[in-house]
Amino acid sequence: MKSKITLAFEKCKEEKRPALITYIVAGDNNEKNSLKILNAISKHADICELGIGHNCPVADGYQIQNSSYRALRNGITLKATFNIAKKFKKNSPNKPLILMGYYNLIYQMGEDSFLKNCKTSGVDGLIVVDLPFPENKKFAKKCKRKSINFIQLLSPTTSKLRMKKIITQSHDMSYYISMVSTTGGKLKVSPKKILQNYDKIKKLNRKKNLVIGFGITNKTISSLKRADGLVVGSQLCKAITDSIRKKQNPVKKLNKLVYSLKRKIA
Amino acid sequence: MKIKKGISLIDQHDKNFLYGGKFGGNFIPETLKKPIDDLTKLFAKLRKDKKFLKERDYYFKNYVGAPTPFIKLENLTRHLGGAQIYAKVVSEANGGAHKIYNATVHCLIAKKAGKKYIVGDTGAGYAGKMLSMAAKKFGLKCKIFMGAKDIKRQRPNVEAMRKNGATIVPVTSGSQTLVDAVSECMRYWVSNCEHVHNCIGSTVGPNIFIKICAWSTAQISRELILQIKEEFGRIPKKMKLLNCVGGGSSAMGFWNEFMDTDAELVGIEAGGPKNSKLHAAPLTNGSKIGILHGAAQYVVQDKEGQIGSTESISAGLDYPGISPLHCFLKDAKRARYTSASDEEALKAYRLVSKLENISPSLEPSHAFSEAIRLAPKLKSSDVIIVNSCGDSLKDKDIIKKRLGSYVR
Ligand SMILES: Cc1ncc(COP(=O)(O)O)c(C=O)c1O
Repeated sequence: MKSKITLAFEKCKEEKRPALITYIVAGDNNEKNSLKILNAISKHADICELGIGHNCPVADGYQIQNSSYRALRNGITLKATFNIAKKFKKNSPNKPLILMGYYNLIYQMGEDSFLKNCKTSGVDGLIVVDLPFPENKKFAKKCKRKSINFIQLLSPTTSKLRMKKIITQSHDMSYYISMVSTTGGKLKVSPKKILQNYDKIKKLNRKKNLVIGFGITNKTISSLKRADGLVVGSQLCKAITDSIRKKQNPVKKLNKLVYSLKRKIA
Repeated sequence: MKIKKGISLIDQHDKNFLYGGKFGGNFIPETLKKPIDDLTKLFAKLRKDKKFLKERDYYFKNYVGAPTPFIKLENLTRHLGGAQIYAKVVSEANGGAHKIYNATVHCLIAKKAGKKYIVGDTGAGYAGKMLSMAAKKFGLKCKIFMGAKDIKRQRPNVEAMRKNGATIVPVTSGSQTLVDAVSECMRYWVSNCEHVHNCIGSTVGPNIFIKICAWSTAQISRELILQIKEEFGRIPKKMKLLNCVGGGSSAMGFWNEFMDTDAELVGIEAGGPKNSKLHAAPLTNGSKIGILHGAAQYVVQDKEGQIGSTESISAGLDYPGISPLHCFLKDAKRARYTSASDEEALKAYRLVSKLENISPSLEPSHAFSEAIRLAPKLKSSDVIIVNSCGDSLKDKDIIKKRLGSYVR
């Protein structure tokens, strides 16, 4: 059976556009709102990523850190994160949902127990920021056995040989990090250069879906639109921060922003 | 879990870089895979390169000032009436602490790697001060990440960093202490790893940083083992080596050459304020294994895996994690670990400073506190050696505030 992630990419290909992938942190700015935001933006997004808040996120830039700390301050837990996922999937069973986080939270719950929770809440895929290949082989296999996509990351520093190995082992989607940066940095590489690297990876296996993320905003998204998918995270987190500061409704604001992102690539 | 004899402790990991099958490793973002791999290969080559070793020894001798003194604390010994107490006065090294070894080696490596920029984290400010010193000496541009709380409480070292021309980046996230400084420095490295060399200030982080750091501080015990043999004619039968542990670099260096001897190794963690639930003593208090800064280790954390808050009067020990090497030593029962409270450390500082010509900073004062506790229960045939790895001058403000006056 095809995964929901695969189906989402197939649909986008038919429509001749990249998949729009959104990232927000679970519980940002609180548990209730974050579910509302997720429900709203999923109408425009093809795949939704939900960040698991961590207080020591070594690969995240300012905006996502901010969202994580805010969510944690407002009481988010891993348990509540699964709750959000479950409620979301109940509402939109066909919309792929990917959890993204750091390995320590998985480690503390135990890999098997974590995956069981993913399964019961309907999670479709996982990105574990600090569990790179090949250390992730065992866990990725476990995910596969449970029909959960383990999403491998590749970056500009990934060697050709590594790329080959990673793509061979990849599931239905892989993630190319656009530049040498934490999340949310300014796009310091030209879209042309990013797409060149993207093509290098695609050439290894055209059938494998590859998305690009890091530094993508409504200013840069259209220049990358021939990719299989594009991830926007920090801009959404920043929009939540701004809406709180300006006492606006974050749900409305995010809805509008993601709609405009979609328009730029559709 | 067992320690192998005749093999350097830093090399006793498996192919996943785990010690004892579970401590350490490289839990890092993909972007760091290559820079860490490159550094791992470079270091493997350099540590076998006779020319590089000669260079290291040259700078340890002529720049760091090897060997640092090994002295008997006659007055303290007499005062406590029990074991003979000695100190290895590492604070006599250039810059005033053991952090100079790691900083010097990292600068030498950065030069070999052709890097012009070097960054590092710091808690007590010593790691930052030494890196800024060494960077200046070797012509590297230097940036130091330091928690905003630590910048306030460790002023003398901050001033030294500025004088050496380093850029100090205050870290205002989280608890604004060492843990956040290490995180922020890692983030900076993730974003700039192509041109920048990273120097993690202790035996923590991804495996290669643990290795380089412990390999560098090992100089302390290479000196000490000779000094001991000269003093006693042999290694005394009943000898304890007491060292404070924050990240664990000082203790690793102090113990390294004694791994295969009968020396008893005791690590002293920061117990925090006497009546506080907060501490920085994951080994003493039985914290669970978790991932922090790229490595699996015992770490202060909550049930779900959020890193816990810590508290200690000593900025250098105020860290929720601990080197995977120390986790390994603990589980293999080669070393034992205990803690001293803020108050006990202050008391030890005062007693040692009053009686002796040395004045330990609050970090080694934790170790002295254990020496003071143990010595009266032991016989004069017992030997206690404390690594006095920092000078109290940097803690003058804190000590004045807590004890009313400062003596040195
Ligand atoms: C004087 C001194 N001792 C000990 C430490 C603790 O670090 P480590 O355990 O790595 O030696 C520090 C850290 O800043 C320090 O400055």
